[in-house]
Amino acid sequence: MRAPLALRAAIISLLLFVGLIVVWHIGTMQRGPTLKMDPQYAKLMGSTVTQGKSAMPGPGDMGAKIWQHLQDPFYDRGTNDKGIGIQLLYSIARVLTGYLLALAAALPIGFLIGMSPLMARALDPFIQILKPISPLAWMPLALYTIKDSSISAIFVIFICSVWPMLLNTAFGVATVRREWLNVARTLEMSPVRTALRVILPAAAPTILTGMRISIGIAWLVIVAAEMLVGGTGIGYFVWNEWNNLSITNVMVAILCIGLVGMLLDQLMARLQRVVAYAD
Amino acid sequence: MSLQNPLNATLALASNTCSCGQHSSQTVHDAALVSAEQRLTRVVESAVVRAIFPDDRSRRALLRKVGAATALAAISQFFPLRSATEVFAQTAAPEKQDLKVGFIPITCATPIIMAHPMGFYSKHKINVEVVKTAGWAVIRDKTLNKEYDAAHMLSPMPIAITLGVGSNPIPYTMPAVENINGQAITLSIRHKDKIDPKAWKGFKFAVPFDYSMHNYLLRYFLAEHGLDPDTDVQIRAIPPPEMVANLRADNIDGFLAPDPVNQRAVYDGVAFIHTLSKQIWDRHPCCAFAASKEFVTTNPNTYAALLKSIIEATAFATKAENRKQIAEAIAPANYLNQPVTVVEQVLTGTFADGLGNVRSVPDRIDFDPFPWESFAVWIMTQMKRWGQIKGEVDYGSVAKQVFLATDTTRLMEEAGLKAPKATSKTFAVMGKEFDPTKPEEYVASFAIKRAS
Repeated sequence: MRAPLALRAAIISLLLFVGLIVVWHIGTMQRGPTLKMDPQYAKLMGSTVTQGKSAMPGPGDMGAKIWQHLQDPFYDRGTNDKGIGIQLLYSIARVLTGYLLALAAALPIGFLIGMSPLMARALDPFIQILKPISPLAWMPLALYTIKDSSISAIFVIFICSVWPMLLNTAFGVATVRREWLNVARTLEMSPVRTALRVILPAAAPTILTGMRISIGIAWLVIVAAEMLVGGTGIGYFVWNEWNNLSITNVMVAILCIGLVGMLLDQLMARLQRVVAYAD
Repeated sequence: MSLQNPLNATLALASNTCSCGQHSSQTVHDAALVSAEQRLTRVVESAVVRAIFPDDRSRRALLRKVGAATALAAISQFFPLRSATEVFAQTAAPEKQDLKVGFIPITCATPIIMAHPMGFYSKHKINVEVVKTAGWAVIRDKTLNKEYDAAHMLSPMPIAITLGVGSNPIPYTMPAVENINGQAITLSIRHKDKIDPKAWKGFKFAVPFDYSMHNYLLRYFLAEHGLDPDTDVQIRAIPPPEMVANLRADNIDGFLAPDPVNQRAVYDGVAFIHTLSKQIWDRHPCCAFAASKEFVTTNPNTYAALLKSIIEATAFATKAENRKQIAEAIAPANYLNQPVTVVEQVLTGTFADGLGNVRSVPDRIDFDPFPWESFAVWIMTQMKRWGQIKGEVDYGSVAKQVFLATDTTRLMEEAGLKAPKATSKTFAVMGKEFDPTKPEEYVASFAIKRAS
């Protein structure tokens, strides 16, 4: 008699987690050599030097830091010092704005490309050239032309999340079963009605796949973009703590980025299940 | 020193020490200037006196002969000093209340930063938001975008921007230098036996930006020790926050960087301070307070209030006894985001050098707002020397265009007064005299250079 699969998987996950923490703890437990030094000199130096403490934080330091952030995630101590919760909200707001704009652009253009082989051919070279450009390469150009750093960051999110949605929409629309379109034609449905009642539901799973890929990319890019322009957001938080060489805070931020990314992905997965249909 | 009494016969306006002779150091001397009003008067007097006597020697000769009171009376005859001071001190309502000023989290920005927590901005009825920014290119673009009304820049940047080197040419103004000295050559602790620069062949160095005093000072220092900075070593631009991480990872062997980066590397036990930049050129300029020309002309009162706040903050920062308090004010996460000990070591000049010694250099960093034109000329000679600018350079007029756009000058012109003529001073870099009137000869005099 065996335990259910989910339970066994959970046990293995837990063991891996505990193993990781133990290895991490042992790895950072070691204290480096400490030299004898003048107490007055020692007062001017950091704990890495005076106590031989590892510059890498251990799981204990990390836990304490997380607890500290959880206690007051929304503090605001001036322009350049805001709580991690506020920073995450800034980032999420930016990602959603850029993402929704991209969605608004990708859906109609994707439909156009999918329904018209002529437009598909005509737009293809542009898409092929623009698609592989790293979104951050747009940043200097965006800053120079848009002349606003927060809109530039949103633009970068837009440009990186538009391609998977555009291509998936086009593909989904182009591969709608011929028979369904023929049925619609025999019933003398208007083109708009055909698009909304036949093509959209048929292509929805493919479109949702594109949207899921896009939100993942957008979340990846926002961190880098915010590190570049600074000001607010989780990317700025990472940069600011790097500036202070606070590895603990950087690791807390990494954890938060991972958690939020997972949540966004799960949200899209839910939506995907809603529109899925059996062929 | 623009905060010194310009009507003191024994004092060289360009001097390096306290030359009135009554104080042990310049810092103590400046501490003697009590009220802000008095300081303001001094700044204006300095500008005027410098204008009348472009040559420091003739000013001193005259003062010795007739005495300060007579000289002042004589100058007042044809130059209304009092009203010039009043123009500067007037409290016209600023056109724009809410301002944004960008800064890079280094101690060079001390006057800009500290004016916020210590209330210098609010005293002049402006509501300034100081915004931490990730890099020099971003700060430049955000100033051009008008997201920032003014910003902290490296003093060669306004010149480079005006010349169109590394960007489109845009007229820029640099009304004040923020700090003098305050940089250092820091080497990885692995090289603690290689004190002699001749052993540095093959090293990888980092500087914050191509158009920075750091780049020029490091190149100068290496060349003076017989190393060609382009072929014998590698110099790359790395943003200050990444420097310590790179040094720890052995990606670089050392850097000439702004503080607190140097002290932070020592604090973390990965480096030692080899040479303070004051040992290369004492009282060299470093960072600057810059603003777009448009902001200056459209918001004169706001701009005056902003600059007054910064001049006052600078004057406050020159006093040794205030430095501890300043360190505490600017160290938190909202500003520099560094341990207070690190910032305090930088500002007080009592610091650990990374080799086990505690050193005391009170003027390791100092603050002086006056943008001497000869500084601009020197920067351009180095741009020429290392091939950043090619062909004929109109040193004088560019220096005037960028550095002479000082607030003092502007306010005086507004009041219908004759603005001071070009002000220059000579100085020595590693013992070699620099004459701002002969820049081409200066460039030609170096053995190691790129310029043809």
